[in-house]
Amino acid sequence: MEHIRTTKVEQVKLLDRFSTNNKSLTGTLYLTATHLLFIDSHQKETWILHHHIASVEKLALTTSGCPLVIQCKNFRIVHFIVPRERDCHDIYNSLLQLSKQAKYEDLYAFSYNPKQNDSERLQGWQLIDLAEEYKRMGVPNSNWQLSDANREYKICETYPRELYVPRIASKPIIVGSSKFRSKGRFPVLSYYHQDKEAAICRCSQPLSGFSARCLEDEHLLQAISKANPVNRYMYVMDTRPKHRMQSWWDTQKDIGRIIVRISSKIWSDERITESDEKKRLNAMANRAAGKGYENEDNYSNIRFQFVGIENIHVMRSSLQKLLEVNGTKGLSVNDFYSGLESSGWLRHIKAVMDAAIFLAKAIMVENASVLVHCSDGWDRTSQVCSLGSLLLDSYYRTVKGFMVLIEKDWIAFGHKFSERCGHLDGDPKEVSPVFTQFLECVWHLTEQFPQAFEFNEAFLLQIHEHIHSCQFGNFLGNCQKEREELKLKEKTYSLWPFLLDDLKKYLNPIYNSQSQRFTVLEPSTVSFNFKFWRNMYHQFDRTLHPRQSVFNIIMNMNEQNKQLEKDIKELESKIKQCKNKQTDDILTKELLHSIHPESPTLKSSLCFKEQTLLPVNDALRTIEGSNPTDNRYSDYAEEFSKAEPAVVSLEYGVARMTC
Amino acid sequence: MEFSELIRTGRAQAELLRGPEAPPLRGTLCVTSHHLLLSPGTEASPDLWLLLLRSVDSIEKRVAGDSGTITLRCKDLRVLQLDIEGVEATLDIARSIEALSSLESVITSFPFFYRPKGLRLGDAWHFHPPERYYQRVARETNAWRLSEVNEDFSLCPSYPRALIVPHSVDDQALARSAGFRQGGRFPVLSYHHARNGTALLRSSQPLTGPQKRRCAEDEELLRAVLVGARPGARGFIIDTRSAQAAKQARMTGGGTEAKAAYPGWKRLHRPLERGRPLQESFVRLVEACGDLEQSMDRWLSRLEGCRWLAHVKEALSTACLAAQGMEREGACILVHGAEGTDSTLLVTSLAQLILDPLSRTMDGFQELVEREWIQAGHPFQLRCAHSAFSHARPKHEAPTFLLFLDCVWQLGRQFPLSLEFGEGLLLALFEHAYASPFGSFLCNSEKERGLCEVRTRTHSLWSGLNQPKEQRKLRNPLYALNPLAIWPSVEPQSLRLWQGLFLRWTRPPEPSETAWEKVWQIVTDSEKTEGSA
Repeated sequence: MEHIRTTKVEQVKLLDRFSTNNKSLTGTLYLTATHLLFIDSHQKETWILHHHIASVEKLALTTSGCPLVIQCKNFRIVHFIVPRERDCHDIYNSLLQLSKQAKYEDLYAFSYNPKQNDSERLQGWQLIDLAEEYKRMGVPNSNWQLSDANREYKICETYPRELYVPRIASKPIIVGSSKFRSKGRFPVLSYYHQDKEAAICRCSQPLSGFSARCLEDEHLLQAISKANPVNRYMYVMDTRPKHRMQSWWDTQKDIGRIIVRISSKIWSDERITESDEKKRLNAMANRAAGKGYENEDNYSNIRFQFVGIENIHVMRSSLQKLLEVNGTKGLSVNDFYSGLESSGWLRHIKAVMDAAIFLAKAIMVENASVLVHCSDGWDRTSQVCSLGSLLLDSYYRTVKGFMVLIEKDWIAFGHKFSERCGHLDGDPKEVSPVFTQFLECVWHLTEQFPQAFEFNEAFLLQIHEHIHSCQFGNFLGNCQKEREELKLKEKTYSLWPFLLDDLKKYLNPIYNSQSQRFTVLEPSTVSFNFKFWRNMYHQFDRTLHPRQSVFNIIMNMNEQNKQLEKDIKELESKIKQCKNKQTDDILTKELLHSIHPESPTLKSSLCFKEQTLLPVNDALRTIEGSNPTDNRYSDYAEEFSKAEPAVVSLEYGVARMTC
Repeated sequence: MEFSELIRTGRAQAELLRGPEAPPLRGTLCVTSHHLLLSPGTEASPDLWLLLLRSVDSIEKRVAGDSGTITLRCKDLRVLQLDIEGVEATLDIARSIEALSSLESVITSFPFFYRPKGLRLGDAWHFHPPERYYQRVARETNAWRLSEVNEDFSLCPSYPRALIVPHSVDDQALARSAGFRQGGRFPVLSYHHARNGTALLRSSQPLTGPQKRRCAEDEELLRAVLVGARPGARGFIIDTRSAQAAKQARMTGGGTEAKAAYPGWKRLHRPLERGRPLQESFVRLVEACGDLEQSMDRWLSRLEGCRWLAHVKEALSTACLAAQGMEREGACILVHGAEGTDSTLLVTSLAQLILDPLSRTMDGFQELVEREWIQAGHPFQLRCAHSAFSHARPKHEAPTFLLFLDCVWQLGRQFPLSLEFGEGLLLALFEHAYASPFGSFLCNSEKERGLCEVRTRTHSLWSGLNQPKEQRKLRNPLYALNPLAIWPSVEPQSLRLWQGLFLRWTRPPEPSETAWEKVWQIVTDSEKTEGSA
């Protein structure tokens, strides 16, 4: 509380972000320990969590007051005008302090108290059990086993304690390989496809500047390939763009040499026909290693694949550009699309999707195991592994399965949530929308396959809300070790049980649950299937949204159907009972009383109420009819009210002169 | 009959490829006077594949060895490929299709021969006469009357026989006003907004010319509109051309209303694209949508470059402006561009859809299309002679009606419960406007339709669409009457490419179709359970 000097400011104006004639609402601004709250004259409340604030900006003083622009990580942008500069300055300073905490212990999660006792809290944390999940996948089995090498985080600090590796990979091999890989992130199992007996594995890049071979790493790769009884060929997917890699390879010749050697040594006993991959690898090896190392007949069982996903810095600035474009007032259609293009955002989304599809195809079509890595193996690798699994296994398309997927491939494997989301005051260059991109890819899949997912868009948006909110413990910290040290399971709550409590809001009413476990999704990545995700990036700009929600009405109808069906059954059983008694007059009486009162208002109330599409505090975005003044064409209305000019117009004068 | 001269080869063996999704069909290909038929081998599937020749937009032939390939690009944006045995047969069939698909005579077109089972000639033709709309207006106010001054189409060849005009203006004054407007299209009532008594009118440009001519009767007509609405009412003239274009039109005899001559009326210019540029925009969009290999950047820049969505935005915001003028400002609105048969109708029909809940019902929308497009004299035959694939230089083609349908689709996306019809109806209207077995979209005006006896010798599209078996495709299962005006967002972020139309044949439709089926099922279940409970 020591940062708060002013707790309440009256007569503050909230400007409409998209209006060109500076429409505004007047109200009171409150500053609490956790939230900024604005209550306008219609008593509508706007809550902004301090942790959601990405930036606060004080603009030049105007005649009506001091403008304060707050940008949030959930893409809300608010523009206040505070009448007195002093107040504005106080709030500005307080927000700067409150939005950037230095210590984990000062985050909201450590003070958030939903009034649960310790056992309920523990139960919440136990909802997702990764050991259970590996069992579901079908490991351990004759080829894969649980390794205790990292039990004490001795080999890799950023991996979880429990890791699954090929059964034939001994501990010395694992330890040796981990020394060869960046941050000790050696190849481990991410997903096991029971049907195909193929695996998705993940790791980080081989260490640069390491000139010798690493026999243990070679052995581990060999073990992964042998753990697939059907196909010994294996893909190594480098998720980084080739052009970046090539220039990097030129300076890091050793790596190339090693890769070539690994492949040539391990699989020298088998041959395959020439393929494009091989040619590419040859060219690369040539480039990387100079002459003399490539042996055309060898290194054929490892297939090297680049899938150009850009790095976190490119992604960060791409999102920045996107937000700049769509935040423009009076944006024209052409500026919107040229901005969308130059931001490159959809191109990056497509790259992630393409990579995941490549991965899924390698397993489905070629039955091959795949090892995925990027640089450190916690950003792009997480994206590709999790999306790939989602395409392959319909379990991950359920509510519970999606939670498991996030816990496994993102939280447990050390995606640095705290750094990427900027939970603490840290290096802004570490912030990047990697997880947001993953959610967007999933959204694109829900658009292409409207019946394949048990959850709806609101679920994705709510998860996005909470990776930044710091209200729950799940996303705090950068790896499991750090989380244990923070004692998150004792001091904070898990998000998942709270989402399940509100499950109804997140269900997809047209979900088709009958599909088999291994129905693979084959999305089309033709460019025109990628669309701007308005409901994410304009979540809080309610004038831009459809005014009526189909989801809500179908959801309600579905529920109503179930209720009515139940009623019918009850009535039928009653009829039976009555018939048994053979008392007809009682029957009719009973029926008259028990008929579910069919409310004529039901249908209309469903749509004329202000419907909330999303479970956010102020999301009254589905107002039927809405208001023309909400929309930009209403700004033309100025012309309606302009004073009529004098009747004698210049036109007459001109006309006379011409004739 | 004369068609036989154009058919060079009756039949040939061929294989038909209908895009990546559908399996190829093999069988005997047959050209008849109006159709291309493919009858598969008897046992495989007994179904006959049928294509209306009129719907072929462009044809491309290639021969290699002793077989040939014909690529047919259809007006509904479908692309078909026919692999035909025999070079001679290929060339003959190609020539026959070319000749038969470009026949210009109306009375030999297929609608004059189409006699489907279950429909009677003459049904539904008197479904939406102007009289019917007048009856509705007359219930709401007595400021308007139905005039039959255009009985013999002598005042205005592109207007229908009967028109709704201010009560106090007599037929003689109308005739004078008609003389002052291009093509005789004097201001007539398009929509009466019962909530506050304001009126939406449409006309063509006044023939002020370089001499700045005036017409007392025309001025009187517009004055009468304001008086009829409310004493002291204001009016706005929405000119769908830029101020400069309107001024330039004076050189060729046209022009725009002078402020001094029309007290109470104020002019607003909202330039809308029309004619050639609009057609080119359509062609470029369809081109971009046909390229499956392009990169993301290329796609986005082509989407931007074709400007189609910009036209959607402009059309919608102009319609919103007109609607807002009536609903919020209590003003009367007159819309016109030059001829008053294209963007004018776009604006007036969209404004009605925004304001009038009745026009959002199945019947109401059909009536709106009939009244505001077909009878109001949108020259369908000229505008829809070719679609996006034709190599012919466009003369009068312009996808104004398609732009209207796209705007309606955008409205439907933003208000998914407020329109009684679904995307299916819009797609059907698009198809039928360009090539149809029904007579509704034939000719350019009521006068021409009378001369060709369209009403007595062809079937109406509405009777075809309103058959019970069609309903599931056309209706919106979630519709619930919404008595309010629906104000769409026109921000670029809120407008979307109409994939169901532009990517209809390039994207696999199943997932969204099964989803739609599921919605239908839920709704039907809901009705059933409600019924039995």
